[in-house]
Amino acid sequence: MSVVTVDDLALRFGERTLFEGLGFELERGELLSVLGPNGTGKTSLIRVLLGLLQPSAGRVVVEGCPPRERCHRIGYVPQQRIFDRDVVLRGRDLVRFGLDGHRWGFARLDGEATAQVDAALAEVGASAYADAPVGRLSGGEQQRLRMAQALVADPVLILADEPLLSLDLAQQRAVVDLLDARRRRAGTPVVFVTHDINPVLHTVDRVLYLAPGSWAIGTPDEVLTSDTLSRLYDTDVDVLRVRDRVVVVGTPDDQHVHHVGEEHVH
Amino acid sequence: MFGQLLAQHFVHTALWAGAVVAIVSGAIGVFVVSRGMSFAVHAISELGFTGAAGALVVGIDPVLGILGGSLLVGLVLGLLSLRGRERDSAIGAVLAFGLGVGVLFLSLYQGYATEATNLLFGSIVGVSDGQLRDLVIVGGIVLVGLAVLYRPLFFSSVDPEIAAARGVPLRALSVAIFLLLGLTTAEAIQVVGVLLVLTLVITPAAAAQRLTARPGLALVLSVAIALGSTEGGILLSLEKSWPTSFFITTLSFAAYVAARIYDWSRGRQKRLSSSPPRRLWAVR
Repeated sequence: MSVVTVDDLALRFGERTLFEGLGFELERGELLSVLGPNGTGKTSLIRVLLGLLQPSAGRVVVEGCPPRERCHRIGYVPQQRIFDRDVVLRGRDLVRFGLDGHRWGFARLDGEATAQVDAALAEVGASAYADAPVGRLSGGEQQRLRMAQALVADPVLILADEPLLSLDLAQQRAVVDLLDARRRRAGTPVVFVTHDINPVLHTVDRVLYLAPGSWAIGTPDEVLTSDTLSRLYDTDVDVLRVRDRVVVVGTPDDQHVHHVGEEHVH
Repeated sequence: MFGQLLAQHFVHTALWAGAVVAIVSGAIGVFVVSRGMSFAVHAISELGFTGAAGALVVGIDPVLGILGGSLLVGLVLGLLSLRGRERDSAIGAVLAFGLGVGVLFLSLYQGYATEATNLLFGSIVGVSDGQLRDLVIVGGIVLVGLAVLYRPLFFSSVDPEIAAARGVPLRALSVAIFLLLGLTTAEAIQVVGVLLVLTLVITPAAAAQRLTARPGLALVLSVAIALGSTEGGILLSLEKSWPTSFFITTLSFAAYVAARIYDWSRGRQKRLSSSPPRRLWAVR
């Protein structure tokens, strides 16, 4: 049985339709990359999967339960937001939030919880700075802590929204490898929103391409073709393979596609 | 003279009142600082003054006016749930208008000017047994509230996006912290006065933030600094008859400066002793 079922999903803001009739299933251990230009609803889709946004039509089920009801833990790695330098927070406190930060009262000094936090820190290779002030760590280190935070509660699904933004190539590689290792070992499916497919191209199973007003889903070889993208954009788009990289040329929003750091405001 | 004063009942009452207010202010300050709400604290306290001036005009207990003013403003700011610059300017607009109304109330009030001065600069030695009892009750409410809300409040303060994704009710918490802040401010006004509330709610927490990144320890240090400044200030004002508020602000500011120097020198040592800099914190 699939972990995630998205059925006939539509999202509209006022007059504007981001997407409609969107449907796909996500199997155990699958890595789905969500691609597309800004403003097509990539982040909104993540928010629907998190249960933070009510879709205009259709339904989403995660392990037999609508995400709004929070029956299951969903690991979430957000777009990077660097912490305030002076924030009173250590790496392990940030990770601990992922375990029980939403509960009332004080966190108890609980050996089991500490062990889980330590294990998550070790899994992402962040043990060395577990007790360091979060605000004084580098962007890559903070992003590793984010990964540990998402993994610590043993989620049934991982949602990562542009987790590679403002990371250097080695750090990008580390984040992708961590997610890849997790889904292979624990079977946790991953939804990975990105504006650039190349860092995940070697490991991605399927691609969901959200274009303005239309979408396509399939393997990278099916979706990332001149034919498919030309049909999505309703204009001539060329998809080139340069060594093992994919380069898309001729989309109407070309200038935005590779613009790193753009906010996704809807 | 110091010994004689120390035996007086009103001094004991003042010390207890100061302790209650310091503990509550130091505790909530940690959240206030982590949420960047310093300006909101100032606004709430100034509008507590407006409430008190209004109470004087209509002839009811000014403490009720303080409570009403602080809670009302806290509720409004909490419901607006603004962030960043928009919050800053909204608070500024509300604050200026509220103070204008306060000026009107003061001009309408025919009583003694000392009442108004006490509101602005505090009158800890004038606390009665009945007021102390009220301080303890309100302070207890705030502390219980903070204890219940501790984790989700802290989570949503430093990491709002993930907290929302985990189902933490951000807006409800924002209203709750503003209401608790309104109560705290109403308490602190009676000890250090409207203009100096920041010295108990902000300064100790800001100092604690410089000393540690451990959330629990920061809370303890903030309370300790607020408590030390308040009790020390009251005792010093017995020895030398300058205003209590002066001594309290001086002590808490001294703690803040010391914490910054400590933080700076610690950072400097690390920079000198460790290379490469990326491993700055790994060596601890």
